Amino acid sequence: MRKFLASAKFLAGTAASAVLFSGVAAHADQPRPWEMTFQAPATDMMRQIERFGNYTMWFIVPITILVLVLLAICVLRFRASVNPVPSKTSHNTLIEVIWTVGPVLVLLLIAIPSFQLLTAQYTPPEEAKLTVKATGNQWNWDYEYQVDKTFSFNSAILQDADRAKAGKEDRNLYPRLLAVDNELVVPVNTMTRVLVTATDVIHSFAMPSFGFKIDAVPGRTNETWFKAEKEGLFYGQCSQLCGKDHAFMPIAIRVVSDAQFKTWLETAKTDVPGANKALMAEIDGTNKVAAAGN
Amino acid sequence: MAEAAAHDDHDHKPYHGWVRWVYSTNHKDIGTLYLIFAICAGIIGGALSVVIRMELQEPGIQIFSGLAQMVYGMNGDAAIDGGKSMYNAFGTAHALIMIFFMVMPALIGGFANWMVPIMIGAPDMAFPRMNNISFWLLPPAFILLLASMFMPSAPGAYGVGGGWTIYPPLSTSGQPGPAMDLAILSIHIAGASSILGAINFITTIFNMRAPGMTLHKMPLFAWSVLVTAFLLLLSLPVLAGAITMLLTDRNFGTSFFVPDNGGDPLLFQHLFWFFGHPEVYILILPGFGIISHIVSTFSKKPVFGYLGMAYAMVAIGAVGFIVWAHHMYTTGLSLDTQRYFVFATMVIAVPTGVKIFSWIATMWGGSISFKPPMLWALGFIFLFTIGGVTGVQLANAGLDRSLHDTYFVIAHFHYVLSLGAVFAIFAGWYYWFPKMTGYMYSPVIANTHFWVTFVGVNLIFFPQHFLGLAGMPRRTVDYPDAFAGWNYVSSIGSYISAVGVMIFLYGVFEAFQKKRVAGANPWGEGATTLEWQLPSPPPFHQWEQLPKIK
Repeated sequence: MRKFLASAKFLAGTAASAVLFSGVAAHADQPRPWEMTFQAPATDMMRQIERFGNYTMWFIVPITILVLVLLAICVLRFRASVNPVPSKTSHNTLIEVIWTVGPVLVLLLIAIPSFQLLTAQYTPPEEAKLTVKATGNQWNWDYEYQVDKTFSFNSAILQDADRAKAGKEDRNLYPRLLAVDNELVVPVNTMTRVLVTATDVIHSFAMPSFGFKIDAVPGRTNETWFKAEKEGLFYGQCSQLCGKDHAFMPIAIRVVSDAQFKTWLETAKTDVPGANKALMAEIDGTNKVAAAGN
Repeated sequence: MAEAAAHDDHDHKPYHGWVRWVYSTNHKDIGTLYLIFAICAGIIGGALSVVIRMELQEPGIQIFSGLAQMVYGMNGDAAIDGGKSMYNAFGTAHALIMIFFMVMPALIGGFANWMVPIMIGAPDMAFPRMNNISFWLLPPAFILLLASMFMPSAPGAYGVGGGWTIYPPLSTSGQPGPAMDLAILSIHIAGASSILGAINFITTIFNMRAPGMTLHKMPLFAWSVLVTAFLLLLSLPVLAGAITMLLTDRNFGTSFFVPDNGGDPLLFQHLFWFFGHPEVYILILPGFGIISHIVSTFSKKPVFGYLGMAYAMVAIGAVGFIVWAHHMYTTGLSLDTQRYFVFATMVIAVPTGVKIFSWIATMWGGSISFKPPMLWALGFIFLFTIGGVTGVQLANAGLDRSLHDTYFVIAHFHYVLSLGAVFAIFAGWYYWFPKMTGYMYSPVIANTHFWVTFVGVNLIFFPQHFLGLAGMPRRTVDYPDAFAGWNYVSSIGSYISAVGVMIFLYGVFEAFQKKRVAGANPWGEGATTLEWQLPSPPPFHQWEQLPKIK
């Protein structure tokens, strides 16, 4: 059953690239219909997680198939009609040692890269150049930019009524339940530190294509980091049950170029909606030019 | 003999009517009560899950706003909000019911109560009256939990919507209404019932084995119940402490979990999972025991590697106590803490692997007949393996970063519990039903039940792996449209499984209607444990002369 996953991964991969190259404007990473694997990684960390996940499949799929084959052999060769006289063997020290030591070795082979991955997640390769703080509330997020002049804004699910006004009518780019009014804007290829906390109940700040998920716990500040490699719009959702509207507090991160980020940041310090509008106009403009170029 | 006969005359013969059941101190009668209770609770818990799957069949909110309108009399936006909360309440109740009122009563209260005294050659449990109170604590606990679904919790919401993990502050300041208090009381009472039961089993198994039955000759089901009883005894008091703190935080102004006053919400998670992780082994260990008996019986071979099997369960039980924070990788644990819990968690795969391979080795060289219990046991071994290997993946904190709190986790634990523990329950049911009732069920109905359930549950849970990988968070009433495909498949599977439950119930009805006499040992030479030496159903009191074990 598991090899299903591996071949499906190939299919899903082709499907995903088909979508990517099919002329959709700025590519956004979000779940896709009938997806069977991780979303496409947008950070090196997520690529490592995906690689390790695939690596574990090399063990667990054969183990599952081994159990299935052994069961099948028992069913076929040792059914009463084929084998009327049962053996009385109930001990074999050697084989018992083998099936104890064998799994230990398999676990070691899994554990070594697992510890490397875990360590990498807690060892940022460089100093953070940007620090943002995400605060979970029932049921929206506050994002605070800890720059020379700290400012913050609220990010909540995009209401259908506001789509036109916000210029977010494209439901592929701004999907239902994932699109927000104000995205978290970060520059591409920039080490970003995220501080996460909550004001009321526990939430969880997660971005599947970035490979992080960290609980927002009241009274505690958790820390994680990411370095986005692709420009685009990325979606995640609150990942800890937080009450009635748990399904309705998405997380959207817009990764932009350095120059775009600088411009956005300067305006956003005083006027977040204005900065977002200008940024969207610019991105859509570039995309239209790029699309025309194709 | 004359003396014994005279004694029999003023013996505790079964009373007639309801008195027999309500006042019962007989382990078989109490076991039957537990089984009936578990079936009732299982139907309710299962129905809740079908409604959940109906809701999730398509994106958007379709079932629960209407349901909130019907049940709570809400209208308009209030019905939509009430429906969202109701969804959370259904998920919470489904989990609590299935754990505390279905699997535990069926395996421990039901099968263990029935079979452990018989298997070890004891006339009854060590504390028959305590056995009675163990059972009769459960119905009030269940009523409290059901009642909580109709009590206010958060503003504009009814029922506990915090998940079975009831993490504060969502379970304290997040839901100030009385629903949570009723649920806490319910868990307290169900926990007390289980602790009393655990004491009873430990005492019975240690002190009431027949002459010659040393611990190392004891059947594996009795071993599994012994280990389970220790897990219950050591873990439930911790849960009781944690939910008592929750109760005082809610009602008496304490601040164990309130950060504003120096408390820590994560303290609750540590306490909860110190109970919660052993709890999942409590749910599966008796199943391990049942599967060992069935595989051995229908292969006509003794269990392969008996001692390894017994001590693998002891090892799983012991290590199960030191892995709890693998449920908390995303809470902000330090790197070293996570390293430790990754390592400890992976260790559990070793004794579990020993069990899987030993079951296969038991079959190897056997003369296997595929009666219904054996079908369920084979299904168990394969599906539990799938749940086991995804567990090994989840053990890795680095990978769990992406999978935590997604549908991948739902798929994993339903493979080990819904397809593991529940398959073990049905295997045990079809194994011991002729012994307990004296009647043989229709094998055709039992086989149909198996295949329909097998297809149904795999259809529910296998696609959930994909949803989890793609990033769908768990416990959401609605989901982005991209997840619609696999959710639809999953819901179809749920309906097929529901048909399976109907077939099961019809099979029970049919067996009692047709009254086919099963005989003392319907399974033949492979069934070697003591229960098969007694008539079916066994006499009201068994082993008036203790059996001698060679």
